[in-house]
Amino acid sequence: MAIMLKLDDINVFYGAIHAIKGISLEVDQGEIVTLIGANGAGKSTTLRTVSGLLKPKTGTISFEDKTISGQPAHKIVEYGISQVPEGRRIFANMTVMENLELGAYIRTDKNGIKSDLERVFKHFPRLAERKKQEAGTLSGGEQQMLAMGRALMSSPRLLLLDEPSMGLAPLLIKEIFEIIKDINKAGTTILLVEQNANMALSIANRAYVLETGKITLSGDAKELSASEDVRKAYLGG
Amino acid sequence: MGIMDQFLQQLINGISLGSIYALIALGYTMVYGIIKLINFAHGDIYMVGAYIGFFCITIMNWPVLPALLVSMLLTGILGMLIERFAYRPLRSAPRISVLITAIGVSFFLEYTMMYFVTPQPRTFPSLLDDAAYHIGPFIINNQQIMIFAITIILMAILTYIVQYTKVGKAMRAVSFDTETAQLMGINSNRIISVTFGIGSALAAAAGVLVGIYYNSIDPLMGIMPGLKAFVAAVLGGIGILPGAAAGGIILGIIEALVSGFISSTFRDAAAFAILILVLLFKPSGLLGKNTNEKV
Repeated sequence: MAIMLKLDDINVFYGAIHAIKGISLEVDQGEIVTLIGANGAGKSTTLRTVSGLLKPKTGTISFEDKTISGQPAHKIVEYGISQVPEGRRIFANMTVMENLELGAYIRTDKNGIKSDLERVFKHFPRLAERKKQEAGTLSGGEQQMLAMGRALMSSPRLLLLDEPSMGLAPLLIKEIFEIIKDINKAGTTILLVEQNANMALSIANRAYVLETGKITLSGDAKELSASEDVRKAYLGG
Repeated sequence: MGIMDQFLQQLINGISLGSIYALIALGYTMVYGIIKLINFAHGDIYMVGAYIGFFCITIMNWPVLPALLVSMLLTGILGMLIERFAYRPLRSAPRISVLITAIGVSFFLEYTMMYFVTPQPRTFPSLLDDAAYHIGPFIINNQQIMIFAITIILMAILTYIVQYTKVGKAMRAVSFDTETAQLMGINSNRIISVTFGIGSALAAAAGVLVGIYYNSIDPLMGIMPGLKAFVAAVLGGIGILPGAAAGGIILGIIEALVSGFISSTFRDAAAFAILILVLLFKPSGLLGKNTNEKV
């Protein structure tokens, strides 16, 4: 399968703190790949570097054979990468519809936007019911759905998901992960960052395990979830 | 004239003055909303707008409306240039650095203008005849009617832009959460630039209107109205557009009533007393939600 996203030995610093220490990873077209690891391991930092919010000090990131590292975040969206940020970060003072419109900010194809809006409402019927509602009044689960719908509105080929299960009830987490699988089946490649390693490994094709800024393990998601080390460290025995 | 008639008359005067404050306050509040900067040079941008209008009318012999539009356009560009060269390089600097820079830009505009146009006040030509109309108990003159009309039209256009256009939605998004706005593909620098442009254009309109209303302009004319508009923006709730409009009008009315019924020497004191009271009792302003500022 074709390599879609490739991180080659990237190093990222927060001031003097060396947060990402030489990470290399690949995401193939059509896959669900997950990054798992403890709090502070550098999962979100990795995603934020891909989406251009952070710049790697060294190393390159390429997407569909084009180098994207060093580009500003608003340009990276145009390449076909969209991020659902940690903590959802919806525009709380705007309506659900306005949030979705902002997701399609870079597009001018009216018909394409319309059909993607219908697609988002098919994935998330509750958003259709609450179109005119102010986004800040939605429940946590609905806000997560809105953040995902908003990201889909740019019609990305690669979707970056940062902790979609955060703060949600178990039943809702199941629902969200089912939708992630559906989105992937419909043709969007997914790079998923999760603390809930059980859930993440259950839907992913492959996984990388991050520990203090380094990849310590990687491989097939099923094999990893069966491995003794991973079970002990991340899956609660 | 009875007390009631005098009250109503001061109300008209207050709304005229308040419209000017409101137009300036809108720019203050838009810039604050998007980059959390109290742009102390904003009053001086208003002054430059008044001069551009003045030269269009006196040298080019243009009528009011084209002079107003050209002044808004050029002053808008000036605002964007100031943002580009004075504030953008400090985007990740501590806020106090940007604030001090704004004070520097303010002096720069005042004294550059003094160099080129001399510190002498200029007399704005009177463009409209002084006809006054009696409507019931009110007496309203041509200049006041023009100020109301232009203010209302500009506010309607601004509301339309902010609420319904793509760039307006992007402005609200950047103002709410710049980083997430960038993840939508919004070039936040461009949107911040547009915000400065629109805010400066509104200040220019206020400058031209003041020239027509008070007939006199000078390079330091922006200092006091700039501070008053800042009070108006805080009064309404800084960062909130309808708040700036309401704050401006309320401040204008209070000043007119204080001048009419107490003494015009207390006019400025009243404005700043309001600032102190707002900061003491409702720091978030009349239309603001009481939330602690996030660090």
